[in-house]
Amino acid sequence: MTGLETALDTAPDAAPGLDAHLVVARDAFRLDVHLTAAPGEVVALLGPNGAGKTTALRALAGLTPLGGGHTRLAGVDLEDPGRRRYTPPERRPVGVVFQDYLLFPHLSALDNVAFGLRCQGVGRREARVAAAEWLERVGLAEHTGVKPGRLSGGQAQRVALARALATHPRLLLLDEPLAALDARTRVETRATLRRHLADFDGVAVVITHDPLDAMVLADRLTVIEAGRAVQDGTPAEVARHPRTDYVARLVGLNLYRGTASPGGVELAAGQRLVVAELPDAAEVFVAFPPSAVTLYRSRPDGSPRNLWQVEVDGMELHGDTVRVELTGPVPLLADVTPLAVAELELAPGRPVWAAVKATEARAYPA
Amino acid sequence: MGAIGTVRAGRAIMATLLAGAMVTLAACGGDDDGKKDEKATKAAPQTPGSTPAADTKPLKGTVTVFAAASLTETFTALGKQFEAAHPGVTVKFNYGGSSALAASINQGAPADVFASADEKNMKLVTDGKSADGTPTAFAKNTLQIAVAPGNPKNVKSLADLKQDGLKVAQCAPQVPCGAAAKTALDAGGVKFTPSTLEQDVKAALTKLTLGEVDAALVYRTDVKAAGAKVVGVDFPESAQAVNTYPIVPLAKAPNADAAKAFVAFVLAEPGRTALTAAGFQAP
Amino acid sequence: MIGSPRVRRRVRAERPRRGGAPLALLVPGLIGLVFLVLPLIGLLIRAPWSDLGSQLGSTEVREALKLSLFTATAATGIVLVLGVPLAWLLARTDFPGRRLVRALVTLPLVLPPVVGGVALLLVLGRRGIVGEWLDDTFGYTLPFTTTGVIVAEAFVAMPFLVISVEGALRAADPRYEEAAATLGASRWTAFRRVTLPLIAPGVAAGAVLAWARALGEFGATITFAGNFPGKTQTMPLAVYLALETDPEAAIVLSLVLLAVSVLILAGLRERWMTTS
Repeated sequence: MTGLETALDTAPDAAPGLDAHLVVARDAFRLDVHLTAAPGEVVALLGPNGAGKTTALRALAGLTPLGGGHTRLAGVDLEDPGRRRYTPPERRPVGVVFQDYLLFPHLSALDNVAFGLRCQGVGRREARVAAAEWLERVGLAEHTGVKPGRLSGGQAQRVALARALATHPRLLLLDEPLAALDARTRVETRATLRRHLADFDGVAVVITHDPLDAMVLADRLTVIEAGRAVQDGTPAEVARHPRTDYVARLVGLNLYRGTASPGGVELAAGQRLVVAELPDAAEVFVAFPPSAVTLYRSRPDGSPRNLWQVEVDGMELHGDTVRVELTGPVPLLADVTPLAVAELELAPGRPVWAAVKATEARAYPA
Repeated sequence: MGAIGTVRAGRAIMATLLAGAMVTLAACGGDDDGKKDEKATKAAPQTPGSTPAADTKPLKGTVTVFAAASLTETFTALGKQFEAAHPGVTVKFNYGGSSALAASINQGAPADVFASADEKNMKLVTDGKSADGTPTAFAKNTLQIAVAPGNPKNVKSLADLKQDGLKVAQCAPQVPCGAAAKTALDAGGVKFTPSTLEQDVKAALTKLTLGEVDAALVYRTDVKAAGAKVVGVDFPESAQAVNTYPIVPLAKAPNADAAKAFVAFVLAEPGRTALTAAGFQAP
Repeated sequence: MIGSPRVRRRVRAERPRRGGAPLALLVPGLIGLVFLVLPLIGLLIRAPWSDLGSQLGSTEVREALKLSLFTATAATGIVLVLGVPLAWLLARTDFPGRRLVRALVTLPLVLPPVVGGVALLLVLGRRGIVGEWLDDTFGYTLPFTTTGVIVAEAFVAMPFLVISVEGALRAADPRYEEAAATLGASRWTAFRRVTLPLIAPGVAAGAVLAWARALGEFGATITFAGNFPGKTQTMPLAVYLALETDPEAAIVLSLVLLAVSVLILAGLRERWMTTS
């Protein structure tokens, strides 16, 4: 909707949103990620620590120059090292909400928000009026004169958001926007942030290592690991069909890769996993939730098809279920009740039998 | 290391001593020493020259001499000669502004001899009951106008210092050379504004050697010490501002015998010769 | 029953610790304090207080005091204008030989001030590399002028400011400058509106140190600018020369200098040294 309008406004050959190929090499690390997004779209960059998320954000903002690739935003070539083109951060239509917000401690909330407008040459009074409107929009009308040191974490986050949005950027970058907040504030702030991002008509890129933040805030996820994009898709797609162990662990699934054979999948370890449905592909992933695993003290009767003898490696309480980590021919995560733990006398090193229901194992092309 | 150093120093002293003795012999019958030597004999043994060590019991230890900064070169050389004449004695010097030295002596500094650049500061010491006996004048110093070699500004007299644009360094009136300059200028009825009133005579001369001023009112001895870097211009008014240098052994001298011997050494030969060579006049 | 001792322990832990300074720090610390304060007390005890009024009344003292305050303040101004950018270059840019440059910047700290004065003469004096040109072109010479005093004081005081500001810059998070850049601020705007306010306490501390150093400057001043009442004779020079003839007057002059600087420093501290 909004994206369509923007597209009509710009030249027909220019991509209205973000089209970036970020290549940054530093020491042993190399980032090489393609990132595209339409106006109005919220993309989450999800990845473990050290994957290159923050480097990607800094590259988009122009704080770290690209070693290769390009950054195009709203039809403008911002950066293209191949053509010796570089736009410094202050001349990019990019707003950033930093992880620890970096609100200027000597300026009031109002002056923090007005800062960008003043830098754009807006008059003092006009900038302050606009800044006050922004603070009102994020629900901080009462806090205009307060210095950042006296704001709560959630309030500071909203001032940082207002400050970044006040300059009407075409690209909004948020670096772990909720990481600095305590659990309760996080829930509220996540919801309001979701709302503000929905109102924003430019491209938004959210950097996060928290799958829940990514799922709630983003229209699309790009998972990066070790400097490369390993998976891209809507939150539902990614959650359903993880393609790496990292993503599988994030969304809480057992994940295996293997080759399709009639009625099942041959796993790398020479094991076979029977699944209900097979896609039309030779290389496939198989995923199933830990709750699809049943544990037995001794070999169960009737011999279910997916059955292995494994050993307990570790246990962790998750809400009211216990997640059991199992090693053996096929490493597994299993969710059982605390009662089951007691009855099965589970303890690290204890051998058990594990069965997986074929109906809950999904296979999809690798 | 230390031993070798001492041996070398010893040789140097021997050489100096030989040279000193020869000069002494030549200067012994010299012109104007007869009268002053009467004073000197009070403290020193009868015969001036290289013999005093022989007829008293041998001197030992260290003798500490507090001397005006303008005596630095002369006294350092004399100290070596004294050490050579009295093999058991080491001479240590503390050079400085006479007033600072006088103040520290009155505060109880462990000194054996005080040689002042003027009588005023010596009076501080005698008033402070720090002197052993009456001070004796051993040298006189007069002012000269120091100018750059070749005298580019053609300064011939005190009055020439009034030239427009001529920069002159003078000592501050609080220090002896400044007081002397003021006396001479008053005597000549010359009035001008110097560029600077330096804290001591060496600083005034440095301003000249660095080229910051065109002339400096300094002591004849300082002009001499500066060698070829400056030349001195005599002026008659300097006779009105003669600076007399008195010396005295100190009451609380840790080494009283050596102190008296050193004073005698300065008052007689080879002190006289060394002082004359440095540009001082006999008192 | 079980709960009460635990509660008591928590209360004890939360009580602020008083008198807990270890002896190994307390003893040398106090000795250090005495060492610093005792000479000042000595000055106070031996001061001929009855002379104070007449000393203050003398034109020479008033001139010297006025000149000292003026030159020290002007020197601090120069030091701020040149020293803060220099500190920024040292802290925020990377160039070959930066370590050497930093060492050079601190050189006036270890250089005997008199040598500093001679060095200034060799450059800015009438026969100096730059000074000769100044004299030939404009007929202007720095030595023996009040400007010369300011130059000498700025020379010895600058390192204090540069070191202090560079330290503050290094301690300040450079990402604030990045945040400003993403908001459209040029590096100059970011420096002026973000960095400078952030390091203001460091700049203030450096300026106060520099001012104090300039106020007490003796060696470089007398060597480079000479000594002439009302023109180049600052308080320390007046004190030194007074020592030659009248040590008691010198003590009084020192106390005047001390009192004025303590008053000003205390006043400044109230106003803008308080870091919030």
